[in-house]
Amino acid sequence: MKNLKKVTKQQLFLPIFCLFLVLLVNLFKDPSFFGISINNGVLYGRIIDVLNRGSEIAILAVGQTLVVAVSAGTDISVGSVMSLAACGTCMVLAGFGVNTTSTIQVPLIIGILFGVALGGLCGAFNGALVAKLKIQPMVATLILYTAARAIGLLFCNNQITYIRYEPYKYLGNFLPGCPIPTPIFVTIAVIIVVMLFLKKTALGTYIQSVGINSRAAKIAGLNSDMICFMCYLICGICAGMAGMVASSRIYCADSNNIGLNYELDAILAVALGGNSLGGGRFNMTGSIIGAYTIQAITTTLLAMGVSTDQAPVVKAIIVILIVVVQSPVFKSWLGKRQAKRLALSKEAA
Amino acid sequence: MENDELITMRDITKTFPGVIALDHAQLTLRKGEIHALMGENGAGKSTIIKCLTGVYDRDSGEVHMEGVEGNINCHSTEDAQKIGIATVYQEVNLCPNLTVAENLFIGREPRTKAGFIDWKQMNRNAKKVMDGLEISIDVTQTLENYSIAIQQMVAIARAVDRDCRALILDEPTSSLDDKEVEKLFRVMRQLRDKGVGIIFVTHFLEQVYEVCDRITVMRNGAFVGEYTVAELPRVKLVAAMLGKDFDDLAAIKNETMASADGEVLLVCDGMSHKGTIKPFNFKIRKGEVVGITGLLGSGRSEMVRCIYGADKSQSGKETMKGEELKIKAPIDSIRKGMGYLPDDRKADGCIGDLSVRENIILALQARQGMFHTIPRAKQNEIADEFIRELSIKTPSRETALKQLSGGNQQKVIIARWLATHPDLLILDEPTRGIDIGTKTEIQKMILKLAGEGMSVIFISSEIEEMLRTCSRMCVMRDGEKVGEIDHELTQENVMKAIAGGDN
Amino acid sequence: MKTKKKINSNNLLIMITIIMFIVMYAIGCFVYAGKGFAHVQTFLNLFITNAGLICVACGMTCVMLTGGIDISVGSLIAMDCMILAHGMGVQGWPCIPTIILILVIGVIFGLVQGFLIGYLNIQPFITTMAGMFFARGMTAVICTDQLSITQEQNALFYSWANAKIYLPAFLGYTNNKGKVMTPYVRPTVIIALLVVVVIFIVLKYTKFGRSIYAVGGNETSATMMGLNVKRTKLFAYILSSFLCSIGGICYCLNTMSGSVQQAKGFEMDAIASSVIGGTRLTGGVVNVIGSRFGVMINGTINTLVTTNGKLLSSWANIATAALLCFFIILQSVFAYFKNRNN
Repeated sequence: MKNLKKVTKQQLFLPIFCLFLVLLVNLFKDPSFFGISINNGVLYGRIIDVLNRGSEIAILAVGQTLVVAVSAGTDISVGSVMSLAACGTCMVLAGFGVNTTSTIQVPLIIGILFGVALGGLCGAFNGALVAKLKIQPMVATLILYTAARAIGLLFCNNQITYIRYEPYKYLGNFLPGCPIPTPIFVTIAVIIVVMLFLKKTALGTYIQSVGINSRAAKIAGLNSDMICFMCYLICGICAGMAGMVASSRIYCADSNNIGLNYELDAILAVALGGNSLGGGRFNMTGSIIGAYTIQAITTTLLAMGVSTDQAPVVKAIIVILIVVVQSPVFKSWLGKRQAKRLALSKEAA
Repeated sequence: MENDELITMRDITKTFPGVIALDHAQLTLRKGEIHALMGENGAGKSTIIKCLTGVYDRDSGEVHMEGVEGNINCHSTEDAQKIGIATVYQEVNLCPNLTVAENLFIGREPRTKAGFIDWKQMNRNAKKVMDGLEISIDVTQTLENYSIAIQQMVAIARAVDRDCRALILDEPTSSLDDKEVEKLFRVMRQLRDKGVGIIFVTHFLEQVYEVCDRITVMRNGAFVGEYTVAELPRVKLVAAMLGKDFDDLAAIKNETMASADGEVLLVCDGMSHKGTIKPFNFKIRKGEVVGITGLLGSGRSEMVRCIYGADKSQSGKETMKGEELKIKAPIDSIRKGMGYLPDDRKADGCIGDLSVRENIILALQARQGMFHTIPRAKQNEIADEFIRELSIKTPSRETALKQLSGGNQQKVIIARWLATHPDLLILDEPTRGIDIGTKTEIQKMILKLAGEGMSVIFISSEIEEMLRTCSRMCVMRDGEKVGEIDHELTQENVMKAIAGGDN
Repeated sequence: MKTKKKINSNNLLIMITIIMFIVMYAIGCFVYAGKGFAHVQTFLNLFITNAGLICVACGMTCVMLTGGIDISVGSLIAMDCMILAHGMGVQGWPCIPTIILILVIGVIFGLVQGFLIGYLNIQPFITTMAGMFFARGMTAVICTDQLSITQEQNALFYSWANAKIYLPAFLGYTNNKGKVMTPYVRPTVIIALLVVVVIFIVLKYTKFGRSIYAVGGNETSATMMGLNVKRTKLFAYILSSFLCSIGGICYCLNTMSGSVQQAKGFEMDAIASSVIGGTRLTGGVVNVIGSRFGVMINGTINTLVTTNGKLLSSWANIATAALLCFFIILQSVFAYFKNRNN
């Protein structure tokens, strides 16, 4: 009993438990979920699918975790920024107003860097509003939530720009001769870079300090505003990266659909990862596991015949359940109930 | 015996987990008097008031009020309001976006026959209430258009309009200027003449002598005494408030201190911060311990915040080791070798969810910059060193700071600054709210550091403590540095200086 | 003297809004003179097309007054339209009960959100964001196709949608065929204006309305003054969702259809309208009349973009977002100066 309590108190308990639960449901419903096969020299299977499709969410979750930790708010513009970054890249690669192309105008790397930079720019914009002007994070990011997608449409002249250039597909699909989907590598790379950055610099401690008590952090010599700004910047860059992967997957810039509803997934990943949406202490590993858990849920739902448009219903309910369980009011209510029961059992004895 | 007693509180005891906030305290309020409640921080003033107004439930004790049957036990401010006890707090508890009239009547607005709010009637009533206090303002304006003093007055008007017999003013004057205070006093006197009993909590001695009839002094949660203003001269009042809890620690006084001819470390020339501290000059030498004394709210904390750069100085200049400082943010002063332990440990010091280790290395890390991470092994070493040296009681160095007791939290914050090896360490109330043993340790530590050549600015509400450690003291009163004492540091001298005035 | 100056700065934002509207509309009249921008009917069309938005913005105003926000409104409208279209179009439900159902759903939706925000202290943004995805998802659960309501399916609803209420003829103009066009409005406009009047009265003359103000002004103070903060918040969110449902009906009367993609970004329009109209993001200050100008500006932007014909429709979104950004920054700057003066 005591051991069980100890286990449930661990921060990683929630995400791992949820992941386990989802996998268990699949095991009973359809064991073929776990089947992995090789077709045409690449890996196939639902599990691979989860790892592959979960890449964008995992990348977004990395950035979102930092934003939540530092400002107790969330960046709801990430999905739109993904779309903007994708459109930017395709515009640069294809040239403005070109509908479909098989040759690219500038080197691929420049196009991709442009997209990521656009993401960073959006992040900087959000960061400036939140850190400097002290606007509530979600209101500040609401601006780009609407505008970024619209600007993306302008970039693509209101159409879907196709880049039918083979190497552009590598990022979101498969490298020639490699059976593992490339997005998995991209995700691992992003995670490693960010993790190393957090480990090798003091940023992790800084972010948590500012998130927990920004006044005290300032007195202790930290530049709270700058740190907050940086988190939003990183979040924007992550959104840019995710946009690249999503765009490369379908080798086009579909402004209306890239990154659709991803903001919910990213926030859900952070919450599922056992991180409080109230900011402060964070656990990156938790968020990443959370991200894949969500993808597993999505894949399961799709396998059960729920359409992409309908899936948010389930996720919205999960978000609410998690925040309710996390909320101090609910916790104290639970505590009181427990105390009452304890008192009752004592009386009975 | 006296039948003009309005409220009597006897033997009030209130404990919080681990702390006895009130220890058989008492308070008597008579009709038509202004009664000052005095005491330093932690004396239990707010607690006893909150027990009276129903914010806290007392553990034991009796409260009687004239005209009310039996032992009163209020459970909410509404209960208290019903029997005629109203409170006005330091922060104005009104809505700035509503009109003056609404603030007076919200929750009990006059209605028309159709059930809608009758604005005309409300404005008329409001005008009447404000005129009654001889304050002529436009009651249809929103409250935020008026100064804090007027807002305070509206709060009082709201309180007294509800048939109030006892009015509690909890530090209402701390954000007012002299003229505004004068207005407030006029209103208070008017109410007194109408027979209302007023409890007035303040830190300003001048004001007590100007407006009050009687004084109750509290210290460490206990009742010290009740005096009429005439029988208690300032010095005696200060003595009663600060107490003379001589302990067996007097022996630690170091003979080798007061290196009055050491090299000058820091010079402040005409520094100030608008609204909190008037321009001051200050000088400290290497290895010197300088105390800053004064009552709470006298500007002692504000002065060091200004020196450190927590509040940016708006005038004058600051020179350290002969070099003029340009301090924009605390990090600049840290780089120049300062450390500052803030007085509000919870709000400005602790980063509660971080571990002891992270809290200790934070300032050092901030000074080194983000990209020069202190290796984990080194962090552990530093943390362990300070945990041992300051005997911080913690299960491990990875325990979250918030799980430690107040004294140990304080030591961790001190360790944070010692880890940066500062030339100048500013300690604002390092001993508040911690047990006597730890207090001694901290005092000894200050002397040891000074002996090693560190300069220390030390602030404490306990004069004894400062007498034992400081070689020189700056005296603050009402946001201004009023003098320095560098010889004949005795309790009497210091108290006289703090009290000011003629007596 | 001092007070007068402060009042001016308080109302300055609204002055900017009104001037902006007039200038914007004047530019429209000037640039697109040939396209009938100056006609009374074009002006009335602003009300007709934005009747739904006016209702929603009223609800949003109440919620923002408490210092919260409700971003579920766009999706809720989509859900309402879908229920109307599916219920009356496909299932053949009668008109009145379906509308009552919509209103009840609105109240329940608000009840849940308000409970989570008021009583469980969950951030309004998170709660209503979940609500947003929930409602949008439910729309897809009901039907993923685009449905429309035709005259055969529901004659009553159809007749409402096409009813015209004529204004005096002298406001009209003669078109190029020589026929006199009398300006008219739709019933939705009447509903919307009614909502505005009711909300104005509620906010100004009822205890509930003033409680909303007090909560937004200072929550702690409101509690100290004996107001029930939790209940006030709960009712504010119920009101928002309820008005959103009314807005949804108006919206549906305009479009006569339901689809998953409907009313995307509507929350942004509603929030922008409120903020542009002088609602303070931190709560406590609102101007019901100003918010109407906010809606009008929004509508004018849309009309300008559509009248142009060449511009992409996304320009309207960008312009709205940019305006919101501009006003948020203005508010923040004003707050900064106010603090400094104090």
